[in-house]
Amino acid sequence: MTINPDQPISFSRLHRLQWEEAQQKHVILYPEGMVELNQSSAAILQMCDGTRKLAEIVSDLENQFAATGLHNDISAFLEVALSNGWIQQH
Amino acid sequence: MAGYNNTNITPPRWLLAELTYACPLQCPYCSNPLDYAKYKTELSTDDWKRVFSQARQLGAVQLGLSGGEPLTRQDLPELVKHARDLGYYTNLITSGYGMDEAKIMQLKDAGLDHIQVSIQASSQELNDHIAGTASFEHKKQVAHLVKKHGYPMVLCVVIHRENIHQMPEILAMAEELGADYLELANTQYYGWAHTNRDLLLPTKEQFAEAEAIAQAFKEKVAGKMKIYYVVPDFYEDRPKACMNGWGTTFLTIAPDGVALPCHSARELPGLDCPNVNDDSIADIWYESKAFNFFRGYEWMQEPCRSCDEKEKDFGGCRCQAYLLTGDMHNTDPVCSKSPKHEVITQAINSAKATALAADEKPLLFRNSKNSKAFY
Ligand code: SF4
Ligand code: SF4
Repeated sequence: MTINPDQPISFSRLHRLQWEEAQQKHVILYPEGMVELNQSSAAILQMCDGTRKLAEIVSDLENQFAATGLHNDISAFLEVALSNGWIQQH
Repeated sequence: MAGYNNTNITPPRWLLAELTYACPLQCPYCSNPLDYAKYKTELSTDDWKRVFSQARQLGAVQLGLSGGEPLTRQDLPELVKHARDLGYYTNLITSGYGMDEAKIMQLKDAGLDHIQVSIQASSQELNDHIAGTASFEHKKQVAHLVKKHGYPMVLCVVIHRENIHQMPEILAMAEELGADYLELANTQYYGWAHTNRDLLLPTKEQFAEAEAIAQAFKEKVAGKMKIYYVVPDFYEDRPKACMNGWGTTFLTIAPDGVALPCHSARELPGLDCPNVNDDSIADIWYESKAFNFFRGYEWMQEPCRSCDEKEKDFGGCRCQAYLLTGDMHNTDPVCSKSPKHEVITQAINSAKATALAADEKPLLFRNSKNSKAFY
């Protein structure tokens, strides 16, 4: 599955993204399952709020982390996220 | 066990709250204990709230609300709200019996995250026979309502010899109902299923055929529906990594407050399982005899003790070892390295002989009358 650059990306209605104090990390919760996220994955997913498109997510994250050239890593991760159903477009 | 270091203990992540043993259905594979009818007391609303709070503080994040039929608890919305406020992901595991649209909305308002509805078969006749109660049409309606109100819909079908031939129809039904997740749970032979095993265990050929159909379907619906396939371990060479390791992840609380490292552990002798009426969840998880009993590898006997796979499967299921070999310390007999592995072959042969016999004995349904025969 590929990300459509012209459509905003939102986090899945059927999953929940949440900070876990006990684990000191963000997790994705869904029926009978949990995925633990590292810091960068969590940062990317938090950008998926239904208003930003791919290019905006990349530029906002590049600003946030004072970095450049993140496009490939971010879009690769978002594709995984899409195929796992964590994010959606439409 | 002795010498096991407390600092190695990981906190619980999953809390399974068996709110009640009351259930209007009578599934002959029910995982509740055979003598469930003897446990008549149920924790109060405040007790459950305290349990949820204490377990959450330790790190539990997934909460299963099950039973019995959890909808028989009138305080369910209140419990859901408390759990959701604490940050749990709340899963309601129900037969759908007793559910209506008003209740679904009330639970949604309380913050319930997901509803798992179990259906016994793809036809009314068989569903109602297995459930021991007319419930098929209502269950399908509930599944529609779950979708309509925006919950992820998990459909659960327990698979055994009476319904395994319906695999294609079961999959079609899941599609028609718009399930987001489909749990195809091959029966695990504890509790009532153990008693009814000769009548429930399919043959290897039946398994293989059903699995191939499910596998093809899984590819077809990839991206739309997720399939959880619970493997039938009797036909595997290695046991399952039961509970992800004893006392590492899962905490079950029975209706009367007894804390169990796995939902069948009540059947094991000599564990002295603690009760939340007497101890805090932290004491239960870190200090109790029951939760430390099979932690780590010290308790193991051969061949597990010196096996290089022990970190993968922890020697399998303690309840299965106990039920099938008489000693809960033994290697799970499902393992082909187990010196008692022949009990599995015998079970398979015995089930096959029963299937071929002209006069099948009837299933023993899970109800209070039948339960009383076990205590
Ligand atoms: S398995 Fe069937 S009988 Fe047992 S609690 Fe669930 S619905 Fe009730
Ligand atoms: S011998 Fe024990 S540890 Fe080794 S594979 Fe079998 S069950 Fe697992």
